[in-house]
Amino acid sequence: MPDRALKLGEELAGRIRAHGAETYPHECCGALLGRDAQTTREVLGLLPLANARQDSPRNRFSITPDDVRRAENTARENGQELLGWYHSHPDSPARPSDYDREHAWPWYSYIIVGVEAGVPGQMKSWRLADDRASFAPERIEVSTVAPAPGAAFESV
Amino acid sequence: MAVKVIIPTPLRPYASKQESVELQAGTVGEALRALTAKFQELRKHLYAEDGRLRSFVNVYVNDEDIRFLKREETAVRTGDIISIIPSIAGGAARSSR
Repeated sequence: MPDRALKLGEELAGRIRAHGAETYPHECCGALLGRDAQTTREVLGLLPLANARQDSPRNRFSITPDDVRRAENTARENGQELLGWYHSHPDSPARPSDYDREHAWPWYSYIIVGVEAGVPGQMKSWRLADDRASFAPERIEVSTVAPAPGAAFESV
Repeated sequence: MAVKVIIPTPLRPYASKQESVELQAGTVGEALRALTAKFQELRKHLYAEDGRLRSFVNVYVNDEDIRFLKREETAVRTGDIISIIPSIAGGAARSSR
């Protein structure tokens, strides 16, 4: 897979970490909205979403098809694309599990933030390989440029 | 019956970047088989190794989830729109405490 980068503003990165801390010890989740170019994507907004896995929220998350459609509509209304998803791994590394891989879609960027004892730590992005056998890391470039107005959309 | 299948964004790279495809089919299953025959790389993302639709692949006929109809045996008519809508799921490696 070619080298790809995901641009993410410092404030948006902070909001992802904060969401992970807020929901700890449960997994948080949300949508990444922005622009996609051939080798670089830019996250311009977030849409925090409800974790539909109320039966096992400490180690599982899911986003309903209705919320997926809502994320797509939000992206479209703002002239953006739905680039992917973020979720947290409470007390677990910021790398995809087999469960993540088995349930992943290609093309999307998957940001995972590790939250150890309630403190957000490492954050990494991943993209599913075409053969579904693995994830390839996607380099996150965090910038200090302020996000556009409305960059973090309504919370669930 | 001529139906339109809407391709979700993550699968468009495997469908010649098309947002939708017009196909001839009598049921949802026939439409999906025709789709994966036309674009073979889609198959592994839609179907598990046992040949069943992956659990996170949701299929609608005109806004009705086929799970509440006759699943892949759901009949389709000319002009129907079949939408493939992702569910998103995942989670950490270790089991819940």
